[in-house]
Amino acid sequence: MGLKPSDFRNSDVFADWCPGCGDFGIMNALHMAFAELGLEPHQIVIVSGIGCSGKEPHNVKAYGVHTLHGRTLPFAMGIKVANPNLEVLAIGGDGDGLGIGAGHFVNAGRRNLDMTYIIHNNGVYGLTKGQASPTLQRNLKTKSLPKPNINEAVNPIGLAVISGYTFVARSYAYDIKHLKEIIKQGIQHKGLAFIDCLQPCPTYNDINTKEWYAGEDRKDPTTGKPQSRLYKLEEIGFDPNVRDWSEDFKKKVAAIDKAREWGDRIPIGVFYKNELEPTLQDRLSERIPFYLSKPPAKQKLSDENGFSKVNLTEFIEDLKTS
Amino acid sequence: MAGGPQGSGVDTAANIFGRACGYGGLYVFGRREYHSNIKGLHSYFHLRISPKETLANINDVDLLAAFDAETAVRHINEVAPEGGIIIDSQQMNMKVLDIPTLPPEFKDELIKFMNEKNIGETLKDLLDYAEQKNVHVYPVPYMDLLNQIGEKLGIEKISKITRMINVLTIGVSFALFKYDRSLVEKAIRTTFPEKLADMNITALNHACNYAEENFKDSFKHRLEKTDAHEERIFLTGNQAVAMGKVLGGCRVQTYYPITPAADESEYLEAHEILKTSGEDEAIIVIQTEDEIAAINSASGAALAGARAATSTSGPGFSLMVEGLSWAGNDEVPVVITYYQRGAPATGLPTRHGQADLRFAMHAGHGEFPRIILASGDIKECFYDAAKVFNLAEKYQMPVIHLLDKAMANCSQTYPVFDYGKFKIERGQILTEKELENQEYRRFRFTETGLSPRVVLGTKNGVHWYTGDEHNEIGHISEEPFNRRLMVEKRMKKLELVEKEVPIEEKLNFFGNQDSENIVVSWGSPKGAIIESLNLLKSEGFSLGFMQIRMINPLPTDYIKKALEGKKRIIDVEDNYSGQLGGIIKEKTGIAPNFHILKYTGRPMTTTEVYNALKAILTDKAPERQVLMFGS
Repeated sequence: MGLKPSDFRNSDVFADWCPGCGDFGIMNALHMAFAELGLEPHQIVIVSGIGCSGKEPHNVKAYGVHTLHGRTLPFAMGIKVANPNLEVLAIGGDGDGLGIGAGHFVNAGRRNLDMTYIIHNNGVYGLTKGQASPTLQRNLKTKSLPKPNINEAVNPIGLAVISGYTFVARSYAYDIKHLKEIIKQGIQHKGLAFIDCLQPCPTYNDINTKEWYAGEDRKDPTTGKPQSRLYKLEEIGFDPNVRDWSEDFKKKVAAIDKAREWGDRIPIGVFYKNELEPTLQDRLSERIPFYLSKPPAKQKLSDENGFSKVNLTEFIEDLKTS
Repeated sequence: MAGGPQGSGVDTAANIFGRACGYGGLYVFGRREYHSNIKGLHSYFHLRISPKETLANINDVDLLAAFDAETAVRHINEVAPEGGIIIDSQQMNMKVLDIPTLPPEFKDELIKFMNEKNIGETLKDLLDYAEQKNVHVYPVPYMDLLNQIGEKLGIEKISKITRMINVLTIGVSFALFKYDRSLVEKAIRTTFPEKLADMNITALNHACNYAEENFKDSFKHRLEKTDAHEERIFLTGNQAVAMGKVLGGCRVQTYYPITPAADESEYLEAHEILKTSGEDEAIIVIQTEDEIAAINSASGAALAGARAATSTSGPGFSLMVEGLSWAGNDEVPVVITYYQRGAPATGLPTRHGQADLRFAMHAGHGEFPRIILASGDIKECFYDAAKVFNLAEKYQMPVIHLLDKAMANCSQTYPVFDYGKFKIERGQILTEKELENQEYRRFRFTETGLSPRVVLGTKNGVHWYTGDEHNEIGHISEEPFNRRLMVEKRMKKLELVEKEVPIEEKLNFFGNQDSENIVVSWGSPKGAIIESLNLLKSEGFSLGFMQIRMINPLPTDYIKKALEGKKRIIDVEDNYSGQLGGIIKEKTGIAPNFHILKYTGRPMTTTEVYNALKAILTDKAPERQVLMFGS
């Protein structure tokens, strides 16, 4: 009998997000995804950055490493390289990953480590009271901005695709079922998975609200029902899978093209997926055949008497002069 | 000394030279100086060769092998009487001020010197001046010899073999020294792949023959081989650190390219598969996108249970500071190998300096414990590089292994290191089984401040880390009571280090401990100080030398006792402000009353340290002496 989502709940900790925060949805989706994948808490490490999203690991019963602003990916990389048997998830905000940590965002793509990275995308810096984040569209003036946003927005999906992420998807914090499925796919994907999770900030982003995503402002004139801005890629038959290298470029272009849609029609789902690209673990294993069975964290450093097992003869032979 | 434009094989020549001497049972100390430049600017290698162990350079050069005119111009005054200069005879009529790579501030000095000594404008005029001072000049027609060698080897394009000028000078040098040519051939064979080695040996012999025919017995200095009676190695500080790291169990190394640290990481990557007494193991070397990623991924690896390190220099360490603070807060056993170089800012990227001690001690916001261990020579680099992992894991704090450019790039001969007895001490790490019937708290309050660790992924041990202040479980806490206990828990681990680490591992004492005169220093000036001490002792001066290795926590009580009542306390450091002296004053209340300082970007030589110390001991020195030697 496997674990239930509630087994991943951390009742010791009060989740101190604002009422109605999308982070609750992400937390629940994580609990469900872990349970459904049959994982155990000790097999999982959730690494986070700074901000409201950074608190996510404290609310999940699994190893949690709440790190520095923008540095979630480097910490996660170190953990995964040292012990590739761990299921590593990196979590961060949009400012964390695309502002202060943008260099890591791009370079992680070059390595294709087998882990999952979820960005909580709400367009604002919440904990510092609502400044514009790198994903806020230009000219928008959320309520705590003194002036409209002067910068253009980064396109996280497009950036992930061209940076080399091999699974690129978007989901929505209030569609827990969809998000859970995307997280599961991300974890199961062999390679670096990026999930752009739209996550309304009920306190500081008064533009991209839950109601805005739900289309409350654009009701169908005949039925009077709101027309959601979000639609699912799988429902329009979008095929993100790269089955052969010859179709890779085309699929990347298609993903970026889809990622340009914003405003009244916002796609969620998988934009791009390629398992042909070797992961960093594969690449290391090519050089070090026993890497996966004896990764850095699992090597026994000393013999039965406590002495270092290393034999430096090969080094010394090269340096010998007599 | 061998010098030439960067990219002309100065390093290779010096390495062959050093090895050839090593094969003959001689000790070698080599110092490498180079510009932050890929090709063209002046670089040189200063080798000191002796049948006895050598620890530093001296000022006098006995033989200068100049690949180009600039080398002769720059070093002409370093060549001692009876010494020699090997020079390209075809450049003799060159006007020295036309050398395009001479910077204006150097030219100003040169003009002043040439006017003062009434020297004409050509290289020959300058060399004539040297000859007046009883320096022998050995003009060699490099291009003619290369043409002849090209003919022998069937190579038409001489441009393809101009790089062999370095080997020509080696040939001439060893012929002058009348050294066993077969040992030089052996050194060439170990340096180059077979075909290249054959070519170089042809060149070597051609140059040797030329020198033997043309220069007869004018050169007085000889190199004679002896029997080493033991196995020896010739290595750089970068190599020693790399070897020490793998011995110490380092299995993840992260780095971002920076001089003079990157050579260590590349050397490690080249040797990533490690032989052990059992099955092979491996160290993973990751070149990260920046130093921020380097420190933080090393911390991540350490949390996962690997011994992990990163290696950098000043500018890189500046970027690591926030990560260091996190590691201190979260009690991460991460090692930072820190090679100081000329600073601030980009400073003198390829030159030496020791001005980052205060920075290493205080870097990071807030108060958190760290260990700073400073090695003083290449052998200490090796053992310390292994030991720092024990310190990091036992005391669960970041350890900064503080080194400098001089050690990184100097090469020295040593008897093969005895590493078989190095013990791995990992501190308390709980296993799945030990965790079965307990509620684990990563930051449990204990008497010593140390809480047993659990590595990520261990069953029954789930816990949390956060850069926020945290409670015992690792969750965020801003409660004043918890805060006080947590600050104290972290800080008191330093008391444990003070108590448990033996004094022999924290400082070294040389010379006469009871003398009224004592030198205090740290890092690479060690070699020059010890040699000076020995010279002064032979002249009847009494002097002690305390080399401080563990600078944080400082063995304050011991140092205070050692300094109390001394007449002359002489602080020797490669920085402007006498940083260690200041720290000693702060901690012990006793201030050094003399300073010997150097901040030209070049390390101290025995000659200048000896002169400066002697001036102090004979009451002829000011309180502050600033050393200047070295091009």
